[in-house]
Amino acid sequence: MKTDDFINLLAKDFDRPWSFRSMLAGAVAGGIIIAAILFFAGIGFRPDISEAVRSNRFLFKFVVSVSLAVTAIWVALSVGRPGGSLAHRGLALAIAPSLLAGAAVVELLVLPESQWVPHLVGHNARFCLTLIPLLAIGPLACLLAALREGAPSNPGLAGAVAGLAASGIAATFYAANCTDDSALFVITWYPIATLMVTTAGYLIGRKLLRW
Amino acid sequence: MTTSSQENDWAVWMRAAMIGDAGAYRQFLVSVAPHVRAVARSRCRSLGTPEGEVEDIVQEVLLTIHLKRGTWDRSRPIGPWVAAITRNKLIDILRQRGRHITVPIEDVMDSLKAEDPTPELSTRDIDTLLGHLKPQQREIVRSISLNGSGIRETADRLQMTEGAVRVTLHRALKALAVFYRSGRP
Repeated sequence: MKTDDFINLLAKDFDRPWSFRSMLAGAVAGGIIIAAILFFAGIGFRPDISEAVRSNRFLFKFVVSVSLAVTAIWVALSVGRPGGSLAHRGLALAIAPSLLAGAAVVELLVLPESQWVPHLVGHNARFCLTLIPLLAIGPLACLLAALREGAPSNPGLAGAVAGLAASGIAATFYAANCTDDSALFVITWYPIATLMVTTAGYLIGRKLLRW
Repeated sequence: MTTSSQENDWAVWMRAAMIGDAGAYRQFLVSVAPHVRAVARSRCRSLGTPEGEVEDIVQEVLLTIHLKRGTWDRSRPIGPWVAAITRNKLIDILRQRGRHITVPIEDVMDSLKAEDPTPELSTRDIDTLLGHLKPQQREIVRSISLNGSGIRETADRLQMTEGAVRVTLHRALKALAVFYRSGRP
C-alpha cells in the first residue's frame, strides 16, 4: 500500500479522541470510587473517629498520603506522554517523603526515648501491609488502563508512578481506619506497603504499557 | 517543524482535527510524512538497513501518531511530540529487527527538519498485516484505502451503518498497531 493511500485511511478515522488528561482524570475518579466501596463495605472508620479528627497526628497522615497521591498523579500526566521523563516533574515526588521524614524527626524530639519502639511497632502493622495493597488494586488497575491509552516513553517508570499514586489513594483510606497515628509508625510501615504496590506497577507497566 | 511556521501549521491542523475536521487532519498527516521519512531514511542509512524498509517504518510511525494523538497536550509545541513518538517507534522497530540502538532525541529533531518527498513507494508490511485482520475489517480497510471510497459509500456497499463502518475501521487500525508490535510476519 502506498503511504498516500494509508494516510487517506487514517484520515477517515478522525473521531475525536479522548485526551490523555481526561483519561487519567477518569481513572483517578474510578480508582477512588472502587477504593471507597471496598473501604466502606469491608473496613470502615476507626471506632474513635470523632475524637481522632481533633488530633494533629491523625490529620497529618492524610497530609502525607494525599500529597503522595496528588504529586504522583501530576507526574503520571507527564511520564504517560511521549518524551516524558522524571526530569520535568520528578522532584515533586520528594514532597510526601520529606513531609513524613520531618514529622518523624519531630516525633523523635517530643517522645521520650522509651516510647520510640512502641510507637514504631504500633498495633496494626500487619493490617497496614495487607490493606494498603488491597485497597490499591482498583486504583492501580484504573491508572494502568489510562496509561495504556497514553504513550509513555518508559513503560516501567510510568507503571511505577501509577503504583505510587494508587498507594497514595489507598493509604488515604487506610489511614482513616488505622489507630496508629505516630509518624514513627507511618514512616516504617506505609513505605513498605507503597513499595509493594509500586513494584507491582513497575512490573505490570513494563509489559502492559508498551506501544 | 522545518520552521516554526511549519510547526504552527501542524498544531493548527491538529487542533482542527480534534474537533472533527477530517480535511485538516489529512493535511497534517500529509505534511508530517515527509519529515518522518527523512528521519527514517537517515537512521536506516547509518545502520545499513535496506532502503526498502523506510516506507514501512513511515507507515508504522504515522499509525502510531494517529492512534496516540490524544497524548498531545494542546498547550505545548507539537514538534517535540512528533519527534518523541518517531524516536520511540524507531527504537522499537529497529530493535525488533535485531538492532540494539540508541537514538538521541537531538538527532531526530534535526532530521525531522528535513523533508523527503519520495511518496510513490509501495510497501509490503502493511499488505501482509492486512491479511491478519478479520474479514470485515479487511474489507473496509481495502475499500477505503485502495478504492478510495468514503465511509458512506463503503457503508452503502456493505449494507452497514456509517457508525458501524467507523467503529470497524478504528478497531482495524488498533489491531494493525498490535500486529506491527508483535513482530513482522
